[in-house]
Amino acid sequence: MVAKKGSRGGAAGEDAGEELSRDPLQAILLADSFATLFRPITLERPKVLLPLVNAPMIEYTLAWLESAGVEEVFVFCCAHSKQVIEYLENSNWLNQPKFSVSTIESYNAMSAGDALRLIYEKNVVHGDFILVTGDTVSNMPLTQALKEHKERKKRDSNAVMTMIIKQSKPSPITHQSRLGTEELFMAIDPKTKELLYYEDKADTSKGTLTLDRTMLLDRSSISLHNDKQDCYIDICSPEVLSLFTDNFDYQHLRRHFVKGLLVDDLMGYKIFTHEIHSSYAARVENYRSYDTISKDIIQRWTYPLVPDIQFLQNSLTKLERRGTYRASESESAEFHVTDVGLSRSAKMGPFTVIGSRTTIGKHSEVSNSVIGEDCVIGSNVSIDGCYIWNKVNIEDGCRLKHAIVCDGVTMKSGAVLEAGVVLSFKVIIGQNFVVPAYSKVSLLQQPVRQDSDEELEYADNSSGNIEITSVPNTTDVLEELNTEVGGAGFIWSVGEKGLEEEWRHSVAPISADRLLEIIKSATDELDTSNEESNILPPSGELGIDSDNESDDGRDDHAHFEKEVEATFLRAIHENVEEDHIIIEVNSLRLSYNMASTDCAGALFYAMMKYAVDTPHDSAGELLKITNGVIGKWEKLLKYYLPSLDEEIEVILKFEEMCLESTKEYANLFSQILHLLYDKDILQEDGILRWESEKEQADESDKVFVKKAEKFLQVVAQGGIGRRRLRVGRVGNAFLLVDSLGAMEIELDLLNEDLIGFSCFP
Amino acid sequence: MPDVHSLVNEFVIKLKKRQIEGSKTTAKLTAELLRSFISQLRLPHSNQAGALIDAVKEVGEKLITAKPVELAVGNVVRRVLHIIREEDLSITNAAVGGLNLASESDDDDGNDEYDHPVLSASAVAAAARNALRPPSLQTLLDDIPHAAATPHTSSSGDDSEGKSKSADSLRRKLKHDVIEAVNELIQEISTCHEQIAEQAVEHIHHNEVILTLGSSQTVKEFLLAAKEKNRSFRVFVAEGAPRYQGHAFAKELASRGLQTTVITDSAVFAMISHVNMVIVGAHAVMANGGVIAPVGLNMVALAAKRHAVPFVVLSGVHKLCPLYPHNPEVLLNELKSPSELLDFGEFSDCLDFGSGSGSPLIHVVNPAFDYVPPDLVSLFITDTGGHNPSYIYRLIADFYSPDDLVVQRKSAS
Repeated sequence: MVAKKGSRGGAAGEDAGEELSRDPLQAILLADSFATLFRPITLERPKVLLPLVNAPMIEYTLAWLESAGVEEVFVFCCAHSKQVIEYLENSNWLNQPKFSVSTIESYNAMSAGDALRLIYEKNVVHGDFILVTGDTVSNMPLTQALKEHKERKKRDSNAVMTMIIKQSKPSPITHQSRLGTEELFMAIDPKTKELLYYEDKADTSKGTLTLDRTMLLDRSSISLHNDKQDCYIDICSPEVLSLFTDNFDYQHLRRHFVKGLLVDDLMGYKIFTHEIHSSYAARVENYRSYDTISKDIIQRWTYPLVPDIQFLQNSLTKLERRGTYRASESESAEFHVTDVGLSRSAKMGPFTVIGSRTTIGKHSEVSNSVIGEDCVIGSNVSIDGCYIWNKVNIEDGCRLKHAIVCDGVTMKSGAVLEAGVVLSFKVIIGQNFVVPAYSKVSLLQQPVRQDSDEELEYADNSSGNIEITSVPNTTDVLEELNTEVGGAGFIWSVGEKGLEEEWRHSVAPISADRLLEIIKSATDELDTSNEESNILPPSGELGIDSDNESDDGRDDHAHFEKEVEATFLRAIHENVEEDHIIIEVNSLRLSYNMASTDCAGALFYAMMKYAVDTPHDSAGELLKITNGVIGKWEKLLKYYLPSLDEEIEVILKFEEMCLESTKEYANLFSQILHLLYDKDILQEDGILRWESEKEQADESDKVFVKKAEKFLQVVAQGGIGRRRLRVGRVGNAFLLVDSLGAMEIELDLLNEDLIGFSCFP
Repeated sequence: MPDVHSLVNEFVIKLKKRQIEGSKTTAKLTAELLRSFISQLRLPHSNQAGALIDAVKEVGEKLITAKPVELAVGNVVRRVLHIIREEDLSITNAAVGGLNLASESDDDDGNDEYDHPVLSASAVAAAARNALRPPSLQTLLDDIPHAAATPHTSSSGDDSEGKSKSADSLRRKLKHDVIEAVNELIQEISTCHEQIAEQAVEHIHHNEVILTLGSSQTVKEFLLAAKEKNRSFRVFVAEGAPRYQGHAFAKELASRGLQTTVITDSAVFAMISHVNMVIVGAHAVMANGGVIAPVGLNMVALAAKRHAVPFVVLSGVHKLCPLYPHNPEVLLNELKSPSELLDFGEFSDCLDFGSGSGSPLIHVVNPAFDYVPPDLVSLFITDTGGHNPSYIYRLIADFYSPDDLVVQRKSAS
């Protein structure tokens, strides 16, 4: 009763509790990721019990849930359920006041969907609940998000879920987030925060996303994000469970459930998002996120869930300079002087955590690493960016770089772990053996897929050096480690595709070479498709130029037009590249001191002239030819049409041609206008502006306006053909809407500036 | 007593999770917890005080390790230990001295204060402190007869058999007296703001400019008390990055009618020449007169020193810490989350460990506290009055017993 009173933090928690007093706030914690990304480690220990900065992941999740005011947690265990239950029984979690933890065990759940269906059958969840996995690290307060969720639910009973998101920019090169997950595209209604589109497996090579046009029907704008990270924390209404039961084929929470709800119009269920800013939330999905989140924890973004605060049964740890944590020895008094048996000549680099009762020998260097309890590390060992768990024995002269080393591993002297290696439980690495990069070593054999030739191939060499050559990452070969140099364990093979992707998800940072490779391949790929967006010049530059427009005589103008025409014809006959034409035309423009509108007009004139000069019989054929010419040089023309002024100039030029030089076009005026519009050379704004400009003109000048009247009406209604909505000058992204109702987002793949732009219909 | 233990555990968990903030609340909650712990403790017949001290030390150690940076926990634990020792001493002395000095006590009737029936020994000691009489062993011995007189008067002064009985009842009284004294301690903690604020008028004068940094409840009460006494003065509030509690503080002051100016922390040096006095709160006051204070205060203190502006620290007695700043427990600083400084989302691309060397290139450090050395402090204002930094060690000798500086059970026993 004493502790109940006062205390700001406590009071806030209780307030949250009171608000939700009708039903105690419940949470479902899935203690199984239903994935195999952490194999081979997860063959022996469930993922939620893997240590993350020397504390099991589930501790972080439970500690957060408790401090966020959750009162009842159902831990769903499937794989290794016995271990999870045993762990929870030995911990204090099962007998906390005001925080009840109960376990639900299953042997045959294969997916999150199965788990939720089972929980639905048990009928234990009554109100809104929090759905998280047991590998979530967060310190976010739930009060605000819950309040929003409940209010929305009151207004709209179809708002069944609130998804927590956080800003996090993806890497522009690898198209993955800092957590090693694929770049995530989301469309969100900026007003209501409703989630409209969710795609985490976007095909970035194509460079387009297709959105349903109906999204824009009843809302003024949507925002598209590729800089949001899904925290995998969901606030769900009880309907979610029944939805899973109704749709028995829903397996994956995101791939099936979220996308299913978004696509399904019949039921009209809605998903909303809640963005968190100052608090932290992330989920350990793969080795890369294991690395990233560990570093976030060490850098205290997860405060108060940091090593030197005893939020759980971890040992007392002190924070020292440069982000180094060292456990202090309180119970067993083996090392009196220093808490950790650190040799005087051992170097502790920055951002290192060292667990209690660990000894480190002379001249060893440790940096950016986490070392667990009871480890013995010899002298002259170099450890960089590694995660070494408990009771690991590393002998003299070993070198480890960006590796995960599980409990009970022994590394004999001189052994080397290259970047991205994972050593599972109790593996022994022989003397001077070099474990190749990205390999995974386990005492257990790799579960066989379809191949039958899984017989062991015994490596018969005794020296590590030759061993390397015999341990290439060939597929489907189980390699037993150097038994003769005292090793034990199998190197797991990775599938052909797996190897390709291995570097994406490993703990090791992506090497500079690899990044260069990606950039190169990306640019190669894009060279063709990207041209269009590359040649869109920033409008400002051209705007300034057009101010300098000179009122020189007609002569200059005519000369210029002729020159441009000549250039264009030469280009056609000599197959000059577009880029070169642009350079030539630009230089002409400069020498004649012309405005950019003139270029557009001249170029258009040249094209039409060329089309009409091509031999033809009927007007229909002429139209076809024009279509071909314009289709071919579309890009060139578009380059010179950055703004409405140029477009109007083109129409005026066309009108002039029809009246004077090439009367043949006069009858085709409307059709060709339509054609230009279809090709996105002209936009409706330009056409409509032209129309309004003509309104003040003489009756005689209006001939062509009348001719195109019908077309203009349709354009004004905005319902025909393809419509391009330019999305301001945010990067080089376009939003296209075509007549079929599909929206496409064109992305410049090398430019990540698609950050939250909005588009307006 | 599973009840008490669960209470202790709950409190420990709250401390660990940083759910309790502010030294005053922490101190009060600690004192209340210790009170209920003592009241439920069953004491053996012999060596009650020793058992009590051991038990309290055990709990105290748990509480202190739960949040070592919050020195108020340790302070309160030590205060309670000191109270137990004092009460024990007075009772044993009373048992011995009661026989000899019973008559003498009657002569002292003139002093009303000591005659109050429920006044316990610690209250007497407190009264002595209020009179700023240094309570040495000598004075304690001097006081004892009067203190011993209290149970006498309550047991209606029957002489011969009462003497033997009283020794027994005194023993039973130990727990009662201790609880009584802890109650007073709680009272003292909860009223410290008012006690300090009472002195405001003496320090703040007309047309003065006061500078403060961040937000402090004590400072607020202090300034408002001066305002109530119709002193007109202006307050400069430095915003106190990274939490910017100064903003809310300024708003609060302005809503109470104080002329307030908000400045950035970095503008302190520029503005200090306009200032007549700096008044700030503290996290803890060390035995040497140094101050553990919210981050940024050292800079303010240096600026004040440079311009010879008095730097006044307001501190409740529960913030007095008997440790010296070289003590490892004190050297701890609380590093808070970097998200208070910058937005994680904006910087997420700099924190991508997937490329480069894999080591973070941006590191954000957000310490919560500063240490202000005693030579930068002009005056401490506590519940008991204004003190020079060099006098703090004397205050500490009043409130703490030197035996309790290290709150740790002997590992052997």
